Amino acid sequence: MKIPLSWLREFVALPDSLSDLIATMDDLGLVVEGVEHVGEGLEDVIVARIDAIAAIVGADRVRLVTVDAGQGPLDIVCGATNFALGNHVPLAPVGAVLPGGFAIAERKMRGVTSNGMLCSSRELHLSDDHAGLMLLDEMITPVVGQKLTDALGIVADVVLDISIEGNRPDAWSIVGVARDLAARFGVALRLPEVTTPDAGVATSSTVRASLDAPELCGRLTVSLLENVIVGPSPAHLAQRLTMAGMRPISNVVDASNLVMLELGQPTHPYDADHVDGRTIGVRAARVGETLETLDGTVRPLAQPGRGLGDAGDDCVIVDGSDRVIGLAGVMGGASSEISDATTAVLLEAAYFDPMTIARTSKRHGLRSEASNRFERGVDPTLALYAVGRFVALLRESSPSVVWCAEPLDLHGTTPTPPTVTLREGDVERTLGVAIDGPEVKAILEALDFTVDGGTTLQVTPPARRLDVRAGAAGRADVIEEIARLYSYNRLPRRTPTWPQPGGLSERQKVRRRLRDALVDLGMSEAWTPSLVSEAEFDLLHPGVARVRITNPLASEESVLRTTLVTGLVQAWARNAERGLGDVVLGEIGTVFTHPDATTTSRQTRGGANGAVALTLPHENERATIVFGRADDSALTAVAFWQSVATRLGLVEVTVRSTAAPAGLHPTRAACLTTADGTVIGYVGEVDPQLVEGVANVPTRRLGVLDLDLDVVFRVVANASNDQRVSVPSRYPSASLDLAFVVPDHLHAGDLAATLRGSSELVESIELFDVYRGEHLPSGTRSLAYALRLGAADRTLSEAELAQLRSGLIATAAALGAAIRS
Amino acid sequence: MTASPLDNLSAQTDELLATVAAFDSLEQLVEGEPFVTGKRSILSALQKSLGQLAPEDRKDAGALLQEARRRVEAAFDERRATLTSAARAQALEADRLDLGDVVVAQVRAPYTAGHPGIVAATQRQLEDVFIGMGFTVADGPEVESDWYNFEALNIPPAHPSRGMWDTFYVDLGEPETVVLRTHTSPTQIHLMEAAVQSGTLPIHSVMPGRCYRRDTPDARHLAAFHQIEGLVVDRGITFADLAGVIDTFTRAYFGADIQSRLRPAFFPFTEPSAEFEITCTLCRGEGCRTCSQTGWIELGGCGMLDPAVLEAVGIDGDEWSGFAFGFGIDRCAQMRHQIADMRALIENDVRFLRQFS
Repeated sequence: MKIPLSWLREFVALPDSLSDLIATMDDLGLVVEGVEHVGEGLEDVIVARIDAIAAIVGADRVRLVTVDAGQGPLDIVCGATNFALGNHVPLAPVGAVLPGGFAIAERKMRGVTSNGMLCSSRELHLSDDHAGLMLLDEMITPVVGQKLTDALGIVADVVLDISIEGNRPDAWSIVGVARDLAARFGVALRLPEVTTPDAGVATSSTVRASLDAPELCGRLTVSLLENVIVGPSPAHLAQRLTMAGMRPISNVVDASNLVMLELGQPTHPYDADHVDGRTIGVRAARVGETLETLDGTVRPLAQPGRGLGDAGDDCVIVDGSDRVIGLAGVMGGASSEISDATTAVLLEAAYFDPMTIARTSKRHGLRSEASNRFERGVDPTLALYAVGRFVALLRESSPSVVWCAEPLDLHGTTPTPPTVTLREGDVERTLGVAIDGPEVKAILEALDFTVDGGTTLQVTPPARRLDVRAGAAGRADVIEEIARLYSYNRLPRRTPTWPQPGGLSERQKVRRRLRDALVDLGMSEAWTPSLVSEAEFDLLHPGVARVRITNPLASEESVLRTTLVTGLVQAWARNAERGLGDVVLGEIGTVFTHPDATTTSRQTRGGANGAVALTLPHENERATIVFGRADDSALTAVAFWQSVATRLGLVEVTVRSTAAPAGLHPTRAACLTTADGTVIGYVGEVDPQLVEGVANVPTRRLGVLDLDLDVVFRVVANASNDQRVSVPSRYPSASLDLAFVVPDHLHAGDLAATLRGSSELVESIELFDVYRGEHLPSGTRSLAYALRLGAADRTLSEAELAQLRSGLIATAAALGAAIRS
Repeated sequence: MTASPLDNLSAQTDELLATVAAFDSLEQLVEGEPFVTGKRSILSALQKSLGQLAPEDRKDAGALLQEARRRVEAAFDERRATLTSAARAQALEADRLDLGDVVVAQVRAPYTAGHPGIVAATQRQLEDVFIGMGFTVADGPEVESDWYNFEALNIPPAHPSRGMWDTFYVDLGEPETVVLRTHTSPTQIHLMEAAVQSGTLPIHSVMPGRCYRRDTPDARHLAAFHQIEGLVVDRGITFADLAGVIDTFTRAYFGADIQSRLRPAFFPFTEPSAEFEITCTLCRGEGCRTCSQTGWIELGGCGMLDPAVLEAVGIDGDEWSGFAFGFGIDRCAQMRHQIADMRALIENDVRFLRQFS
């Protein structure tokens, strides 16, 4: 909201220092977001008449203009073309300093001398208009040589742009802001002068009003104004509106806008002679009705909306034939607009149910200054006071206006202000400081709250404070008002302590260890989008149910991802396009499975009051690393995994070739399996088809490691908490190499584990060679293991070692692995 | 009746189908294409010969030819799909590698250390400050129901205050009942519900995580972003504790010379509510373009838990009170590391990633 200080000052005395004022407003929660100085730095600008226009040789963008500003002809070089001989324009002569600090000096160009500058409206900081020079003939009867400020009646002013919080509709007006400031400064609020209805014929003799929707419209007032002369507003009111960001239209419309800005009450003027039966009715729209709004759209009314709880209630204004002529509080119809010919005005000032206006406005995609105010809540008692102010303003340009006696005033349902009990100590219990009773009382009364009682206070807000609720919530609302006026920054600060220890959960600790390990081992951490396109989804899961976004920003990001692999491959490809593909990229993030595609969807509650059972997607945290360096492959990924496993203490996890999940290379993938068969992830290469599908660069082998963290966290936490550590034997151990011919179905890790478990004398075993070739039967390969053998209490003898060797060979043979001689 | 050029069409079609079925490799298929469906196909010759026909016969003949072509092309496409799939299967088979047999010692890669994500690293720093102050850390889901994301936080259905969040809705359940969480606040509700159920109040937790707003990305905003939220529910907690926690955190994270201040604001889930601002970290309070010459920059929102929220989760507001606060992790990273354009965070350019350690 833009607030010209000259306007604000009419209602409250302001401090001399602008920075003090801004600091105070910020501290009150009336946050100043912009400060604009209007009409300053124009002292040197004068009115000049165009007397000659000539081309300049060699220049086609500028012309030489000769003007008279009262002291003989002056040559000015000018780039604008929107003027003609005899026009009057603002001239900044040599020596002038324009707003923003631009100093005008004599300039020579193309062999001519320019003795000043002819100005656009924007160059003078008077408006945003920069289409050409400011043409004064359209605005005033100009006098050559007159100061521009005198000619236009410009008074220097400051306009503050402040943002009003959603719970403070009462402050969304000049007077509302003035009221907060008056309360803070402890000075009087000077309310504007208003008129009262004239004596004479009662309004009801020619005008009708009806209110058939008391739930939707809490109050409807209809006033008849006669002898109206429609014309422009007086200059000072027009300037006020302009500074506040609205365009002057006519005195009647301007008065309506001025009242809305000043008091916060929207009003709607109708040409009384174009409203059938001079009747303003308010009712709920009926199914099947339509309204053509000013933008030419025909809108079906009373249609339930998409949003929860939106039953489609539209509150409408109807005329004497019960025909819909406007969406109440949102937008009027064209037929009854004020025109130059209007002489009688029906003025509607009302209170509409905020939720109804909010839903109507959202459903129809229509917002207006009025709807914005009604949906937050307008003071239900303000209507006729606002009309009084409207009439007073209108009389400045149309003095003979008659406000007919006894304006129609119909009441529906309005909120009853609650009475909030403030017990002794409540303020201290919330704010941590005791503010004494008289100060609390003074603060609240300055804001027009009614305060009764002694140690326990009964507090009733004024009607405009629709934000104050009943009960405990209302107490919090009232205490916020006390704190706000007292000043948040005067409240004490205390850093609390408590006996419960802080810290990370087991899961979070493992996540940190994992992230550290991945980074240490070479992963650069990426952040890829959680939302992917349908096509990207179909690359991996054609036809599978997917979690769609109803209102995506773009179709490229409209489905929740089921894997991190795709995004990482894309990130790799983008780097590869720049010749930077030698990179290991990884991410720890969440993937989502549609409830129809999983047996582990999440059950929760939603809907109105959380009463509806809802099934949500399964969320799975994963860590995925894509290896994109020149010689990377599944082997790199396996080696990387082994190091990660060592760091996390997952030594019992084996790598087993497996049917690859979507996105992995079908014949170069393995699953990572714990001793009890739990799969904690996959390792291998990215499916070449996927790489081709998302990358615009020559593809290469991309290694991949994809861990299911929901499982990893559990397994690691179990493995590391009570891990037993044994002391190595002090006696020398012996090494032994054994090579077996092993059928393909027997896993190298299983054989190793069996051998290791066959005797407590086996300290360690490690695969060191794999051979496939012509000397071996088909369907087998040779696996060579290095073993260390030893005992805790002695050095093993030759005989013991020989016996152990035979035992190991027999164990292997039992599994189908024959010793190679 | 004269002989039609299409008299032998049926036999010719069968011959073409046989040719297609006989293609044995993708190479053969590519070579054969012009003769089967392309310019040198008998079908193309027949097409040209239709001109000889009487005009009244042309339409029917054309339709016959069209049908024959459709059959041949369908067979061709099917054969191509079969051969492509076979070729892929063959290539994959040739590529087969038993990863169970990998001898790690032989493939041990020369590793160079990587780089943590700037957001993840910032999140950890923030967590550590709060852990030092006695907070635990809680995670929560990213897809939420409207109850957790809005209603339990005192934002009723269709209420204008929902407009404060530009929400992505998920196509599940009734319209607008499932959302991508717009803030980490739903995790507060989960925590409080769980603590009430298990009788484990008090709560002192921070909740970091990814959130989503339907907001066109620019230099300062991304549609996905990370937030950290704090929640304290305990006996005797006041606004003074909130202001103290904010202040202690500010100095611990941003530096001893950085101050915090609070000013009134509105959030449906807290009352009294405040925005918290800190000394501009760029100019140290002197006034610069980043802080619009004010010396202060807005960091986040906070306030005392609204009684309506306590009621929604079944906490007795006469016994317990609490506060919540929240702010952007990405924004902290942006401030601390002076990232000129937030979009760099999701572009994953390795030249960006490598700067951070």
